[in-house]
Amino acid sequence: MIAALAQLPPLIASHLLLASAAMGLALLIGLPLGLLAARRPGIGSGILGAASLAQTIPGLALLALFYPLLLWLSSLLGGVIPALGFLPALLALTLYALLPILRNVVTGLNGIDPAVMQAADGVGMTPGQKLRLVEIPLAAPVAMAGIRTAAVWTIGAATLATTVGYASLGNPIFSGLQTENWSLVLAGCIGAAGLAIAVDLLLALVERGLARRRRLPILIGAGVLAIGLIGALAPLFAPRERTIVVGAKNFSEQFILARLIGTRLEDAGYRVTYREGLGSAVAFRALAAGDVDVYVDYAGTLWTGAMGRTDSVPPARMLADMSRWMAAGPKTAIVGSLGFENAYALATRRDAGIGSLADLAARAPGLSLGADLEFLDRPEWRAIRNAYGLRFRDQRAYNPTFMYRALSGGQADVISAFSSDGRIAAEKLIVLADPKQAMPRYDALLLISPDHARDTRFIAALRPLIDAIPVAAMREANYQVDRDANKATPEQAALWLQSRIARQSH
Amino acid sequence: MTDGAIALSYEDVSRVYAGAAAVNHVTLAIHTGEFVALVGASGSGKSTLLRMANRLETPHGGRVLRDGEDIATLDPVTVRRATGYSFQNVGLFPHMTVAENIALPARLAGRSAIDVPAALERVGLPAAYAGRMPSQLSGGEQARVGIARALAGEAGLLLMDEPFGALDPVTRDKLGHTVRDLHDRLGLTTILVTHDMAEALLLADRVIVMARGQVAADASPRALLAGEAGDDAAALVAVPREQAEKLRALGG
Repeated sequence: MIAALAQLPPLIASHLLLASAAMGLALLIGLPLGLLAARRPGIGSGILGAASLAQTIPGLALLALFYPLLLWLSSLLGGVIPALGFLPALLALTLYALLPILRNVVTGLNGIDPAVMQAADGVGMTPGQKLRLVEIPLAAPVAMAGIRTAAVWTIGAATLATTVGYASLGNPIFSGLQTENWSLVLAGCIGAAGLAIAVDLLLALVERGLARRRRLPILIGAGVLAIGLIGALAPLFAPRERTIVVGAKNFSEQFILARLIGTRLEDAGYRVTYREGLGSAVAFRALAAGDVDVYVDYAGTLWTGAMGRTDSVPPARMLADMSRWMAAGPKTAIVGSLGFENAYALATRRDAGIGSLADLAARAPGLSLGADLEFLDRPEWRAIRNAYGLRFRDQRAYNPTFMYRALSGGQADVISAFSSDGRIAAEKLIVLADPKQAMPRYDALLLISPDHARDTRFIAALRPLIDAIPVAAMREANYQVDRDANKATPEQAALWLQSRIARQSH
Repeated sequence: MTDGAIALSYEDVSRVYAGAAAVNHVTLAIHTGEFVALVGASGSGKSTLLRMANRLETPHGGRVLRDGEDIATLDPVTVRRATGYSFQNVGLFPHMTVAENIALPARLAGRSAIDVPAALERVGLPAAYAGRMPSQLSGGEQARVGIARALAGEAGLLLMDEPFGALDPVTRDKLGHTVRDLHDRLGLTTILVTHDMAEALLLADRVIVMARGQVAADASPRALLAGEAGDDAAALVAVPREQAEKLRALGG
């Protein structure tokens, strides 16, 4: 737990930075827009409606939507906009923070006694004086309450920035959830909640100062906030060299491989940062856009996903086709295969007595399918469903860790599984054969961004990983992280895997 | 009281609300130093007529002149700063102290700080009230602060739109006398809108009765009581007169 808490400070700093930037932008937009909405009720209801609509979109989806939007904008403008990391997170959170600010500014302004406004006219105030001397001071306490709400929401929602590759307090939460390392999850939650409470208390002080027209609480609240922000900004001004960004999707094997790659690169003298927990569709686009420099993806995933192929070809041709496609289009490059396959497959308990997808088709209508969060939307699922005519009694999506629990607990009879998953051997599951070869191959491929496609030093640093990891070794490393007791962190499993590789090469 | 100069005049002024004329072709001249009461029922157009004098409302027809100058050609803010204005809801700024409220007109005009204790004393409030917030005052005290604020701009023209409307009769009577006293001492031109004929008769030099957007009577209190101003005016005067007679009879 202490180790988990020790990694928080830099995350708190970047979390605070993102949340305050989003709040700043939301205030910059929300305050004048709120004023306009209060002055023109016709326009106002439209503005508030739009802000409410943005609020109903789940935070995770809002973040995910900004990624393709920014990619598209970036392609229009010649690639100057970073589509991953800070910017999409900033925009999504800003949109999220707008509603409480807008609503309270409007409420605050509309709540001013009409007699007071009449008196303001009567004493001969200009519109600017009315705003400065009457409307702002009288609406400020109510507006401040909205700003507090927005700040707490923003700090909470900023944990989701992890999914678009921005380092936040969501990092320990998401990686902890994946690897069932609850102390990591707890550390992230404590950090985010602590930050939210601290900021809320300071803003409450400012609010009270505004309401009672006392300067001291306002100065203390705003002062401490400013000091915190300056502290969070400080690392930005430290001299920095170009770092390599290692990407990882959102499951244990990816976390382990990212650490393995990162250690290799650090040994070769590179500075490394990680963007972990990327969505499967986001990861390859991030690589092509140069937001990620290196990550591991699987042949079949690229084949059906990024390349949009639905046909099956022999493995050797598949790799050649893929290299040609990359050279022609996204300009990314394949360093090589790591030596194991992590195929999508369906698995059952041994006692189910099913051996292949062909057997399964007959019994499927009485069975329940548990799938990971992506599987049911993936072309592989459509391919086997159509090839074998699979129709289940019901199908449900689970977080991978809980999916295995559902199978052992009987809530699911068949699950989507990965062939390199350590739990297949450990829980004595049957991976169903695919006699029609409806699923493509899923060799783990080491991919690098366009910038590094001809970078011989970079490629040389990664080369020792090629064909170095047998599936048994990967399964064992995965199991170290995924098992329920005596869990290892992805870093520890990566170290173990590295020592396995070193032993082999001797 | 009057020295003959015209402080404010309405020339064929009209103002329409939702198709109906609130003020209908009114022509009127008010002399410097006069204390004028505008009397009439709700909707008679008396408030609208008053509010056109400091451009809180704009006429749809005709001209309003201040010291011979058409105020439509002047900046509304300038016109309002040159006018003392107090109204029924007072409209003290709740986030400012009594002193800040009173000093505001001078501050807006860019003049140096005014003598707040003297301004409070003028309206019969102790100097210690300067630091209080409006919410700490009674309704009558708030009305007094409102009058002090209206006078603080040192404008010669004081417009009062039912300033005592929400007050109890005793407070109301006292405040009326305070205002009349200030009018005389400071040499103001005062227009008081009220629906209370007795108040108008007792305080004003001249009573203008408004009905359906037009001037129904325009006379001194003495002439009104003598019935020299027409039937409409006589009917309005009859009520307070009867009340006074009944009270006298009760007292024996």
